[in-house]
Amino acid sequence: MRMGLLVLTVLVVASAVVAVMRRKKPDKDFSELSARVRAWWIMAAVFFGAIAVSNRISLIFFALMSFWAMKEFVTLLKTRPADHHALVLTFLAVPIQYLWIALDPPWYGMFIIFIPVYMLLSLPVRMVLSKETRGFVDSASQIQWGLMIFVFGLSHMAYLLTLPTFGQTNANGRTLVLFLVFVVEMSDVLQYIWGKTLGRHKIIPAVSPNKTWEGFIGGITTAMLLSLAIRFLTPFTIPETLLVSLLITVAGFFGGAVMSAVKRDFGVKDFGSVIPGHGGMLDRVDSLCYAAPLFFHYVRYFHVD
Amino acid sequence: MFRDVAQMIAFALVMKPFMTLFIGLRVRGREHLSRSEPFVLVANHSSHLDTISLLSLFPLTRLRRIRPVAAADYFERNKFVSLFTKTVFNILPIARKNITTENNPLRRMRDALQAGDSLIIFPEGTRGSGEQIGEFRSGVAHLIEKMPGVSVIPAYLVNMGRSLPKGEFIPVPFFCEIRIGAPLVLTGSRQEITKALEAAVRELAPETSENAASLEK
Repeated sequence: MRMGLLVLTVLVVASAVVAVMRRKKPDKDFSELSARVRAWWIMAAVFFGAIAVSNRISLIFFALMSFWAMKEFVTLLKTRPADHHALVLTFLAVPIQYLWIALDPPWYGMFIIFIPVYMLLSLPVRMVLSKETRGFVDSASQIQWGLMIFVFGLSHMAYLLTLPTFGQTNANGRTLVLFLVFVVEMSDVLQYIWGKTLGRHKIIPAVSPNKTWEGFIGGITTAMLLSLAIRFLTPFTIPETLLVSLLITVAGFFGGAVMSAVKRDFGVKDFGSVIPGHGGMLDRVDSLCYAAPLFFHYVRYFHVD
Repeated sequence: MFRDVAQMIAFALVMKPFMTLFIGLRVRGREHLSRSEPFVLVANHSSHLDTISLLSLFPLTRLRRIRPVAAADYFERNKFVSLFTKTVFNILPIARKNITTENNPLRRMRDALQAGDSLIIFPEGTRGSGEQIGEFRSGVAHLIEKMPGVSVIPAYLVNMGRSLPKGEFIPVPFFCEIRIGAPLVLTGSRQEITKALEAAVRELAPETSENAASLEK
């Protein structure tokens, strides 16, 4: 509830700022910014809608996110006709990976090895049966990489949902998902804003010219401070909250950088056109792909017995 | 009547959701389909998804008036397939072999157009690998000769052959795209018309057609 109000406030403020900027500088083009803000309204509504209804619906929502991200990635790959059956298997793996989480109780052992072990071993076997050796290693490794990042990585966010209430707090898996998504996405947005306003020194110009030290430091610091406002969603102490926020925002930064490199390699500007002003699903979940597994394992190691 | 309803139900509940949610079909130039008079929609061919995706562009009420021209020897190979393709896709079956005046494909196509139906034709004559467009056959030119002035709409289909290639039955959800060009009224010799048509379809192809990087701006 409190969380919903906070997000609503942030969105209202963002919309107001864009409206003010438009009036003050009518000659400048704010269409990209306002499209982004509008997209955030929709994404926040869908995300909170899913989380609010039930864990089951959120799980399906996350599975669809993985499915859509994998679709975008695979469409950009140079797949061979001989990969058809391996790709059918790949997309079959998406619902199966989420099925381990949906079981009652969730099957952690299978969740954690299904893609890294069983898919890793079976995909090349399916490809061998197609009898085409040229481009074999390229296809096998690219498809497995996509599965690891967009299905295995993202599914950690869904597994968080299943964690029960922590000790004496009101925090549980569901509130941790809210914490993770809010901090990582706020950090993305704040890095963008800091970078746009103060950005001078580029970090990795060859990969992503928009990432600057000013944006990185400013964005991460403000996101860490903001995370304190939603500490009630977590079982963390104040220093721990700051530490965890630092971990997931830095991880998110590298997730974005890695996905920028992937886009460079494919020669595209963004991964699709699902969300207006935002590129594709991959452009939205790139940071979460990196932040979610680290956050999950931190929580599991230190807070789940 | 039964068939009309069955087709509408199939498209409303299966084909359209499948195209939107599973394939994530994108369409460019949809406005070129808004005219109501009969037209001939012409596209490259690499997959069974070609027909399904093109039909899914039309509103349910208009569906019955769009007839994909299809090889009788393949789509009427047995009773079950025949019933299915006639009901769900409302195909206009034409003979590829043993042509007589009775089953002359041109006559059947002209009759359909004169009755106010529109046609979907794949002038390559068969499904290709999806990597390259095959040479167009002259059927559409013959048809135009019989019915001068009929408007021809070129379309280019991207990635359908990757999603569901020839010989496969389970589709892989690659993003697919339909690119529709402005309607053409073609004149000239058969050869000229065929060439112009092929050029119009090729022109709609993404710049680097080798993979879907081309789907992006």
